[in-house]
Amino acid sequence: MSDDIAIKIEGISKTFKLPHEKAGSIKNTLIGFARRKRGYELQEVLKDVTFDIKKGEFFGIVGRNGSGKSTLLKLISGIYTPSNGSITVNGKLTPFIELGVGFNHELTGRENVYLNGALLGFSRSEMELLYDDIVAFAELERFMDQKLKNYSSGMQVRLAFSIAIRVKTDILILDEVLAVGDESFQRKCLDVFEEYKRNKKTIVLVTHDMATVRRFCTKAVLIHDGKLISEGKTEEVTEGYTKLNQESIDNQVPQIQDHEPSDLVIALKNTENKNTKRFEYGEDLRVELSWPKTKKVNAAGVTINTSMGECAYATNTFIDKQNVTTNKIICSFKLNLGAGKYYIMAGTFLDRPESQVDFVTHGPSFFINQESRIKGEGITRLDHEWRQS
Amino acid sequence: MTKQNRALLSELVRTDFKLRYQGSALGYAWSLLSPLLMFAILYVVFVKFLRLGNGVPHYPIYLLLGIVIWNFFLEMTMQGTTAIVGRGDLIRKIRIPRWMIVFSTSLSALINLGLNLVVVAAFMIFNKVGFLDTLPLLIFPLFEVYVLALGMSLLLSALFVKYRDVSYIWQIILQAGFYITPIIYPLSLITNVTLQKLIMINPVAQAIQDARYAAITHATTTGSNVFGGGYYKYTPFLIVTAAFFGGLMYFKSQSKYFAENI
Repeated sequence: MSDDIAIKIEGISKTFKLPHEKAGSIKNTLIGFARRKRGYELQEVLKDVTFDIKKGEFFGIVGRNGSGKSTLLKLISGIYTPSNGSITVNGKLTPFIELGVGFNHELTGRENVYLNGALLGFSRSEMELLYDDIVAFAELERFMDQKLKNYSSGMQVRLAFSIAIRVKTDILILDEVLAVGDESFQRKCLDVFEEYKRNKKTIVLVTHDMATVRRFCTKAVLIHDGKLISEGKTEEVTEGYTKLNQESIDNQVPQIQDHEPSDLVIALKNTENKNTKRFEYGEDLRVELSWPKTKKVNAAGVTINTSMGECAYATNTFIDKQNVTTNKIICSFKLNLGAGKYYIMAGTFLDRPESQVDFVTHGPSFFINQESRIKGEGITRLDHEWRQS
Repeated sequence: MTKQNRALLSELVRTDFKLRYQGSALGYAWSLLSPLLMFAILYVVFVKFLRLGNGVPHYPIYLLLGIVIWNFFLEMTMQGTTAIVGRGDLIRKIRIPRWMIVFSTSLSALINLGLNLVVVAAFMIFNKVGFLDTLPLLIFPLFEVYVLALGMSLLLSALFVKYRDVSYIWQIILQAGFYITPIIYPLSLITNVTLQKLIMINPVAQAIQDARYAAITHATTTGSNVFGGGYYKYTPFLIVTAAFFGGLMYFKSQSKYFAENI
């Protein structure tokens, strides 16, 4: 193995035996044996995966839930043994599948620090030197002699994290550690990541948060159904991931009821006046609002929300000084939005915004298909240019 | 053993000890009290009422030492059985040598044995048991029981990952073992020679008798007495060796799959 490679993964496969019922008793095994019946099913979680991770790389492993990425991580960490293939690790490797492994609720904070430290490879004397720093960083000075069960979950995470970042190792394996904790904690995590990146440590990060991957990773692989489907630069891989997610959302769309029934009817059309859900970047979206003639309506409003419920843009006839006199109104939008799923929120009013007639909080959704030619992050994609003077 | 593994081992043993008597008012005292109370019961029933052990010098101490060694074997194998499954949180999330978890439970049992032996020593002085020059030899039967218990712990802990019945089966075997081992009755009570030999094939029985011989009284019937000069007097040692290496090999073959099977 050449010296610049940190982890070499060659033709890894992993098959799990999944017992039908909890076959963990001798009786069941005997009965199964007598009937010549296998008490388990074989599930191939990873199929012939091969790639290298070079030293100093911040390497992302991305994939949807159940794709096999966490299994791959546990294989690299040496927790699972591969069914086939081999993994060679060059250097000291520390996995963080979870923060605070081995934390015991019946022990005090202090005792847990020493225990967790030992599990991460520190000797007691090393821990004694680090102890004050760890406690200070976690901001838990007053609580160290209390049992862990009296800590809030946030305090536990803080303590675990401040031990974890002391680890001196060549290769770090991180599994969505960021998924826990509040915003300030997550920011602390990101700062530590930056620090690792500056120090040219080898990091393997498993996540489905594309923003983190794009921000930190220099290279990435995409795992889908246990197979490696793309490998290379972060942008290419994350784009592949977004596309993958898109397809699965599309497949789900017919099954979910799109929006609640209301007197206010919302239709989405393209410039050719056809009902559609798919748009390209920059295309016109026509939102048609209609209501029974018997209803008295003087104003209307439309909001475009992202799938996360964030407002991308909102407007109404009050702002635009339009007077509504018919029972149908069309608002056209030029969609300079990033790829993804959006939905409409709309309402009709009398003279004032407070005087609601009908309101649809979760209206029909639509998709912006491809990432536009304009690269970047955020809800919208703005035409821009750089100039130097 | 690397420095890290040593640190981990000591931390695991420490945790084990801290947690063992968690929340009990008497704490560590229980590790001395429970064998003493058991001794008191057995002493009253078997020595005072049934008058077993008449003719054996210092029979109460003889009884106590047997109980302490048996308890050591029982505690270590019982805790060993559940060691791997009980520490499933570590095994599924971190890479530490699996044997270390079983080994750490064996060490805490060993520490407990040490404490209990202090009590035995106190009783010996109080009871004016004469000092025997064979006392240092006590270490060998104790070591033998430790190796046997470690081998059984490795085997049982690996089996327990797959078959949860193992702990119940082992409990029953231990119950039976308590009666077919000459703990509460002196071996001399059995008059049938073949039966004596069968009893003494059990390594724990042989070790307990040897320990009593070394520490308390040379009037103890030991394995060499029972078997005479025959080669089969080595059978118990063979069993210990087989149990240790068998357990170790089975454990090694299974330990790769602990994380996914727990």
